[in-house]
Amino acid sequence: MSTSSAPQPAPPAPLVEVAGLRVRFGGRRAAPVVDGVSFSLARGECLGLVGESGSGKSVTARTLAGLTGQGAVVEYERLAFDGQDSGRFSESAWRSVRGARIGFVMQDALSSLDALRPVGREIAEPLRLHAPLTREQREEKVLALLESVGVPEPAFRAGQYPHELSGGLRQRALIASAIACDPDLVIADEPTTALDATVAAQVVELLQKVKTADRALLVISHDLAMVSRIADRVAVMRAGRIVEQGPTEEVLRRPSHPYTRELLAAVPSAASRGARLSPAPAPAARPRASTRSRQRPAPGTVLLRAADLTRSFTGADGVERRAVDGVSFTLAAGETLGIVGESGSGKTTTARIVLGLERTDAGTVALRDRPWSALSRAEQRDERRNLQVIHQDPLASFDPRHTVERVLAEALRVARVPRGPRRRERLLDLLDLVGLDAGMLRRRPAELSGGQRQRVAIARALAPEPEVVVCDEPVSALDVSVQARILDLLRDLQRDLGLAYLFISHDLGVVHHLSDRVLVMKDGAVVESGDVEDVFTRPAHPYTRTLLNAVPRLTTTGD
Amino acid sequence: MTIAPSVSDALPEPASAPPPGRARAASAAAWLRSRRPRVGTVLAVAFLVLLVVAALAPGLLTSQDPLAPGGGPGFLAPFRSPAHILGTDQDGRDLFSRLVHGTRASLEMGLGATAIAVTGGTVLGLLAGLGTRFTESLVMRLVDVVLAIPELLLALVVVALLGAGTVDALVAVGVATIPYYARMVRAQTHVVRRSAYVEAATALGLSRSAVIRRHVLPNAVRPLMVLAAIGTGTAIGVGASLSFIGLGAKPPAPEWGSMLSTAVPFISNDWALVALPGALITLTVLSVTVAGRALKRHSEGRTGR
Repeated sequence: MSTSSAPQPAPPAPLVEVAGLRVRFGGRRAAPVVDGVSFSLARGECLGLVGESGSGKSVTARTLAGLTGQGAVVEYERLAFDGQDSGRFSESAWRSVRGARIGFVMQDALSSLDALRPVGREIAEPLRLHAPLTREQREEKVLALLESVGVPEPAFRAGQYPHELSGGLRQRALIASAIACDPDLVIADEPTTALDATVAAQVVELLQKVKTADRALLVISHDLAMVSRIADRVAVMRAGRIVEQGPTEEVLRRPSHPYTRELLAAVPSAASRGARLSPAPAPAARPRASTRSRQRPAPGTVLLRAADLTRSFTGADGVERRAVDGVSFTLAAGETLGIVGESGSGKTTTARIVLGLERTDAGTVALRDRPWSALSRAEQRDERRNLQVIHQDPLASFDPRHTVERVLAEALRVARVPRGPRRRERLLDLLDLVGLDAGMLRRRPAELSGGQRQRVAIARALAPEPEVVVCDEPVSALDVSVQARILDLLRDLQRDLGLAYLFISHDLGVVHHLSDRVLVMKDGAVVESGDVEDVFTRPAHPYTRTLLNAVPRLTTTGD
Repeated sequence: MTIAPSVSDALPEPASAPPPGRARAASAAAWLRSRRPRVGTVLAVAFLVLLVVAALAPGLLTSQDPLAPGGGPGFLAPFRSPAHILGTDQDGRDLFSRLVHGTRASLEMGLGATAIAVTGGTVLGLLAGLGTRFTESLVMRLVDVVLAIPELLLALVVVALLGAGTVDALVAVGVATIPYYARMVRAQTHVVRRSAYVEAATALGLSRSAVIRRHVLPNAVRPLMVLAAIGTGTAIGVGASLSFIGLGAKPPAPEWGSMLSTAVPFISNDWALVALPGALITLTVLSVTVAGRALKRHSEGRTGR
């Protein structure tokens, strides 16, 4: 440092510079998970890293914070944090950087917070490590931080444990601990994924405030709409590469890469109603093979009638809570009834009552005007084939020992398809129906991708030739492009088989895309119901309006 | 009658699972890695194979009669006579032959007792896991009481009731170890019973008994095999202990535990009479346990996938 002009006016050097970043797991010859990623991030800027699962976005973010772990091989042309080569940081150097200069907000607030510590102590931790503060000063600072992230009654909340806080408050506490030492860079990995729409909207607002003039924010998400609300620039990742990056407006309005266009088109919304979401062209409807043994019901026949369903549970505190409170609806052949609501609104309990997996305290469910909920378990068994279910987590819903063939064969056995060539034929037919080939039969569900698993689950639900299918969050665990294909499949099946769907989801876009009518649930009760267009465009109930306003919207011209 | 081309899932879906070919290659590599056995495991398995041969066909390893007294002079030290490699015991019987012929009793003890324990444990565990709340507390309190008593003591009680003898000792050890398996099966049954796939089978319309038979039972019993392998080693040890205190196999039958106990007064005459049966018991228990743990590691690696 011999230059006399030491206090040079600093050029606006980016805080983070990444060029040609490659990360591999399991040795130098393994296929890279992150494959030549380059970007930079300046103070006062927010970059959104968008991609589907397995695209390498989280690994990229973790590399920036030196958290790739033991087995990783990291190569780069440039990897700099505030001008220093962060690829060469020792573990102890990282320790003085993490928490102090880089704050990390993890996806799952419940498992990222120490379950055995009050959140106040958790937030005080980085301060204790990196800031020369006395105990009293620290406590004051913790309360100020909680206040700043919008946690009500900070003094009381600081003494609570993570499990005593709601998901939104946990996420706020996590953000508070990430910004405790006033870091230069905050990395938020899927900060809103586990949250209800209204809470997620609040967290997004909070993140917008986290970005200050001298702080950079890196947001990682699969949700383009969410990212578009905060990010100045967006980088779209796919299979370890950034396929497109640029100003948010630019990327969303004029996507240059086909993958970005596909992602944008895959998002279900009001506008996508009646259109296909996935790029696969709709094959002409061909007549179904004749392995079906049953007649489809005439459209408009009321298949399911639920009247005044009510169910209370006694909580751990001994207080009785009504999970479902006087819910009534009908479902006709060939139609889709959506049920929307946030977690805890009673949608899943309603579905379980309809399926006869949960009893109802009052009220009745009738299938084709015959009593259903009042039947004994054994009597219900004979009727079950009319009423099938598709779960949110298909993997958990398969016996881990069974191959796809056994899973489907069991469903056909229940449907009384005799063993032998008939069953085999019907089995192949089912696979065909959901767009899988016979090669899948020998695989176990754990060896399939998320989309393939959900297709198998759909095939199993269709095996007994049901009239009504209850879909409980069938696409919420899937990436948006896979979700698009599954939603298209569900719509095609409805058209071809005349199925009636009871479609439960927290995602208003998905419900709007697929449903004919909709029920909005809150605290166990239906607050609003009616034609989906009416409810979503002219919501009568304030809660419906709140829900709709919380949904991040893509302001695109589409493609 | 395809709705979507079946390739659609394979194409632009960089989902959690890698493409099948790569997944298979990767899992094959992982399989090989996990299969690259440790030296200890190889030695343990080799020893067990030798034991099985000795148990099934002792004639392959020795031509001497383990029971014929006066096959040679008494207290012949090891490696003195080619006819009696390990020497002879107090009655002049060939020690090597007696050790070889004693293998069968030990293995029978280990396997038989474990079979009783696994069967009893599975029945009780399923009863508790699937029964009413009353059945469950009844069974589990009983199991807890039994669990509180050390297994050797409990085996003593059973022998006291049934009388001493090889089969009685076997039953005694088996009964004494039932609680471990019962607890395990019950806990596992609870997990499986609440699993989404059991609910899915119910929603599909399977009868309760079919759900139990096809889904609950196989999945609840699966982790039991590893526990049973390790338990076999323990059972062999406990069986030898019973014989040692004279409640198991009766002399002159060749059984390691009873050989050990009859040789104790002669320890100053011939160390090998005590040391060799003792070493065999130790090695057998060790080998079975090492092999069982290897099995455990293997199965955990697989389920962790």
